[in-house]
Amino acid sequence: MVKTKIKYEDQEQVVKKTPKTGADLLIESLIDAEVDTLFGYPGGAVLPIFDALYKVKESFNQVLARHEQGSIHAAEGYARVSGKPGVVIATSGPGATNLVTGIADAMMDSLPLVVFTGQVAQGVIGTDAFQEADVMGITTPITKQNYQVRSIKDLPRVVKEAFHIASTGRPGPVVVDIPKDLAANPCEDHYDTDFNLPGYQPTIKPNPIQIKKIGEVLATAKKPVILTGAGIVISKASEEIKAFVEEHQIPVASTLLGLGAFPGEHPLFLGMAGMHGTYAANKAIYECDVLINIGARFDDRLTGNLDHFAPSAIVAHIDIDPAEIGKNVTTHIPVVADAKLALNKMLKQIKATGDYGEWVEHVERNKQNFPLWYNNPETDMIAQWVIDQVYKTTKGDAIVTTDVGQHQMWSAQYYKFNKPNRWVTSGGLGTMGFGFPAAIGAQLAAPDDTVVAIVGDGGFQMTLQELSILQERGLPVKIIIVNNAALGMVRQWQEKFYEKRYSESVFSIQPDFVKLAEAYNIKGAKIDNQADLAKKLPELIAYDGPVLIDCRVLQQENVYPMIAPGKGIHEMIGVKP
Amino acid sequence: MRRIITATVQNRSGVLNRITGLLQKRQFNIESISVGRTEVEGVSKITIVVDVDASQKLEQVTKQLNKQIDVLKVSDITDKAIVARELALIKIVSNSQLRAEIQGIIEPFRAIVIDVSKDSLSIQVTGKSEKVEALIDLLRPYGIKELARTGLTAFQRGQQPQALQENNSFSLLN
Ligand SMILES: Cc1ncc(C[n+]2csc(CCOP(=O)(O)OP(=O)(O)O)c2C)c(N)n1
Ligand SMILES: [Mg+2]
Repeated sequence: MVKTKIKYEDQEQVVKKTPKTGADLLIESLIDAEVDTLFGYPGGAVLPIFDALYKVKESFNQVLARHEQGSIHAAEGYARVSGKPGVVIATSGPGATNLVTGIADAMMDSLPLVVFTGQVAQGVIGTDAFQEADVMGITTPITKQNYQVRSIKDLPRVVKEAFHIASTGRPGPVVVDIPKDLAANPCEDHYDTDFNLPGYQPTIKPNPIQIKKIGEVLATAKKPVILTGAGIVISKASEEIKAFVEEHQIPVASTLLGLGAFPGEHPLFLGMAGMHGTYAANKAIYECDVLINIGARFDDRLTGNLDHFAPSAIVAHIDIDPAEIGKNVTTHIPVVADAKLALNKMLKQIKATGDYGEWVEHVERNKQNFPLWYNNPETDMIAQWVIDQVYKTTKGDAIVTTDVGQHQMWSAQYYKFNKPNRWVTSGGLGTMGFGFPAAIGAQLAAPDDTVVAIVGDGGFQMTLQELSILQERGLPVKIIIVNNAALGMVRQWQEKFYEKRYSESVFSIQPDFVKLAEAYNIKGAKIDNQADLAKKLPELIAYDGPVLIDCRVLQQENVYPMIAPGKGIHEMIGVKP
Repeated sequence: MRRIITATVQNRSGVLNRITGLLQKRQFNIESISVGRTEVEGVSKITIVVDVDASQKLEQVTKQLNKQIDVLKVSDITDKAIVARELALIKIVSNSQLRAEIQGIIEPFRAIVIDVSKDSLSIQVTGKSEKVEALIDLLRPYGIKELARTGLTAFQRGQQPQALQENNSFSLLN
């Protein structure tokens, strides 16, 4: 999929005719940063940049989304799957503001993005010029760092810095705002790119004393639990966590974003914890005497009421971001470190001395006795069953992206990931419209893998314009619309907490999704019963090209188990009777 | 509790915005904030006085500040031996008869008159916030026409006592 990279120098003949511009310099910097895929959308302020791109077309896989929000969610999907920064270019004003949701999403979920926005020419900045927006002001609270380049000599350095900051430490989005005149004007051939960031030196090596303390509490622990977060995925520490867990025989619970960090089918895996987590995972956290959090940020959707979260546990928290430690949960053993380096140290330094046999038996009994469950109807489909079928058909080996809502929680529950970087979902921000464009980015990052976008009928309608890209690129993404004719998650809360006053949550009309797919030249299928799905799903998933499957499921299903807002992690409702 | 936090920062555009924005987003109450250049080129010092209700919250302020790329160092110097000063300009209602009386009030505060008009007097005072406040209170009965304060700026004394203790070794008028 990724085209062979042609060095900038090879384009010399074309470029030579005109003097080198700021835009050319930017492109050169992107090549230096080893960018291979660009998610861009043109406009006035970035015309010089797109013109420069035109001249080096072959150097990048350029992807034109049909809305900047599509570009940036695709870049997020690309980043999550490839582990490399996603790169976005958008124009000033509306182009930039259309990116805001994605930037905030990436910030919450620690995704590396480098976002370039055009800006009006320096001479008119601050005059409310046409398509001017205060991008610095707007993006400051939702970026790890942002820059407005005011002198061309800074540009190559800033770009280098931006990639460094986005992808090291706790990854996050970096915005680089480039005034149009800077991009358009001629510039010199070379500028210094050395940077010095004395205020940014992430601690990645664990303090051995803290690791020793973890060893000490594990030696006397009776009921330890490990919580796995996305930090493990980001630091590529899946091997290490598995080795540690197996050596010590400690049960594992995961956060939503941590799924795949530890094998979902492993006997010691208790499943996702939190609001829609499994009984076994939540109960284990409630009862444990030692909780080791590796790379998770104790989000409120995980902890529930903090008074009841791991109430009798000694808490160890390994995180590369010191500000996350002690933010929500009182922590006894703070470890500021990269998860992989910490786990390596733990593997070396901590010998298995504890005996947790009884505890493991206990939590596994919970896992057996109170599994996730649903009552499958005779012929009609329910979402849980559909996702189970997707899981079985793809043998748990697909890259799965989701949107936000009930289908997302069911995907987290029923699709078991044995490998990291195959689960792409919007956790912290809970962004509807994320799932489908993210699948496009995921497929571009992993052209040979099966990519399934499991989306709701609501959220899909927020970004479905990106169907154009599937057609244009022949990307074989498989879209599964879990169609309950409702904003299901909202409907569920209204049923439970607002006495069934279904305010604006049930759709009275819907588009014909199959016709919609056909309008984009994509194979579409509508399925409304179990027999049909069981028969057709394998061939639809195996189909060599994009497919949209409109799965009509029963509306009244709710996601269980559930911890109601304000309740503790031990107060689950809807546990298997 | 009132805490005095200093942050040295890279003097890049937008850094102040980032810091005040973050304090606001995390719901920290800023009592005052002052910024200025330091002896190092390109480095500024920010002195922030915040009101926090728990030590956990205080830890969060410093950690969140520290996390910013352009922030070089954050210190909570409240319990250190420090010199902390602020400057206030106070314009009060006055006339020729009152001038001597006011002079008598401000003198022990080592405040000075910096502007005089037919019906007003402008006074400049520097010192610890408590001292500034005390003078303002004394001048209030005359009628304050205008008041401007810089907010606190502070750093640690050259020598720190071995055992840390509340620093009350100098008087209010110091
Ligand atoms: C951009 C955005 N707007 C609103 C919400 C609030 N919200 C959360 S889930 C949900 C319903 C989603 O409906 P659908 O996409 O059909 O998924 P379902 O829950 O039915 O599976 C809504 C409206 C959100 N998360 N994001
Ligand atoms: Mg729905």
